[in-house]
Amino acid sequence: MPSMKKGTFPIKSGLAQMLKGGVIMDVVNAEQAKIAQDAGAVAVMALERVPADIRADGGVARMSDPVKIKEIQEAVTIPVMAKCRIGHFVEAQVLEALEVDFIDESEVLTPADEQYHIDKTKFTVPFVCGARDLGEALRRLTEGAAMIRTKGEAGSGNIVEAVRHIRAVNDGISEMQILFTKKNTKALKQKAIEYRVPIDLVLQTAKLGRLPVVNFAAGGIATPADAALCMQLGVDGVFVGSGIFKSTDPKRRARAIVDSVAHFNDPKKIATASQNLGEAMKGQEIASLETKLAARGI
Amino acid sequence: MKPSIGVLAFHGDVIEHKMALIQAAKNLKISIKVLDVRTRKDLKEIAALIIPGGESTTIQKLCEREGMLNTMRAVPAIFGTCAGAIMLAKSILHKTPDQKSLERIDIEVDRNAYGRQTESFEKRIQTSLGPVSAVFIRAPKITKVGKNVKILAQIDQQVLVCEEKVRNVYSLAACFHPELTTTLFHEYFLKKIAQYYFALPGGNGNGVPDGSTGFNARE
Repeated sequence: MPSMKKGTFPIKSGLAQMLKGGVIMDVVNAEQAKIAQDAGAVAVMALERVPADIRADGGVARMSDPVKIKEIQEAVTIPVMAKCRIGHFVEAQVLEALEVDFIDESEVLTPADEQYHIDKTKFTVPFVCGARDLGEALRRLTEGAAMIRTKGEAGSGNIVEAVRHIRAVNDGISEMQILFTKKNTKALKQKAIEYRVPIDLVLQTAKLGRLPVVNFAAGGIATPADAALCMQLGVDGVFVGSGIFKSTDPKRRARAIVDSVAHFNDPKKIATASQNLGEAMKGQEIASLETKLAARGI
Repeated sequence: MKPSIGVLAFHGDVIEHKMALIQAAKNLKISIKVLDVRTRKDLKEIAALIIPGGESTTIQKLCEREGMLNTMRAVPAIFGTCAGAIMLAKSILHKTPDQKSLERIDIEVDRNAYGRQTESFEKRIQTSLGPVSAVFIRAPKITKVGKNVKILAQIDQQVLVCEEKVRNVYSLAACFHPELTTTLFHEYFLKKIAQYYFALPGGNGNGVPDGSTGFNARE
């Protein structure tokens, strides 16, 4: 077909739009990927180890072995995402060559560059990046991210950090909206300087009253109610990492989280989904963690 | 009477469809109500339904868990885009083992036929409603069409948009995402609903069941 354009921003952010209202699950092999798809996941994140294991094992966490990613791509028809290290654009090139559908430039892996994130505009494949607040989210958009997720605290099984990050983004946007309504251009320009992003992006966000791309919750979601909490706080969907395959009954829990997100405003349905799921992952107090992954790549 | 149009709201680009519908109604100067649909009960409130883009496996599973599939087969008019078109199709290639569809329109679709996300594209295309910018995201291909299916857009023998009315059930299927770039197809869908279901005298003159929406569920 002549005159077709690939890798444009509408195409990249468009895939994220199609994932809204869905659950994206971390999987480490084909069997888990099938469980995720059968449960109703809208995409899977192909990993070598789930964040809870990365946390427990220590050492440098890197991009997955391509064999693992291919195995997972073969196993499912839903989109397959994969993680690369922050700033490691060659890992990203490899993932694009493997034709993953989305790259997560993730703080869960050990950062490769302490100063720069990847220039994501150079890629055809879309990127999702983590953020703890509005400034981080907008910086990632300036670098070309097509989707944002909260960082939360991956592998902790504790929802408190994800909630903090969702609220921080929401509060940042409300503040901008107020300045916008008051036509306080000077203060908005100041925000752009503070956030180190173009004023146009600040104005666009203020005008929309939300991030200009899809925003998911991630990091610490362990139960159907956790997932619905994030949805009711206004995110567009959720990533579940260790929460499913570190629980005692992954099949049931995966399906329950999908059902709970699909009906996030219906407490009766969330109650039904939450029954008889076995033990959730154990989880940790944030203060007891040796490494705070969310502080990476800000 | 204000007809209620539902958008299947579990997952996908629901908001984009709702915005396109509202704008289309404005352009046509008609008054409609737009509802989110998540249960069988919601389906009974509506005259027509839109199935958005998303993952067809996820959408189908959630509908099945709610026991909605049979009721959806009887909704008078459904417009499906991308995953929604897969849901409407009579047969699906490369489906997952337990994947079901509504079998409302006599077409065969091939899921993810263009390849993975890096093969997704946008392109200016001609349609019988005029030129539109079409966004194809991990799009399906329509590989066969039945003899009663009317084609509204195609490039190089490749059918992109088509429609069929079987008895009192109308379906409109698009492989791409008109909701992201145009309201033309939403306007067309609303006109079809008006033509087939609401322009009828008294709303119940032609075998359309009585009731505020002109539609009673079979279940």
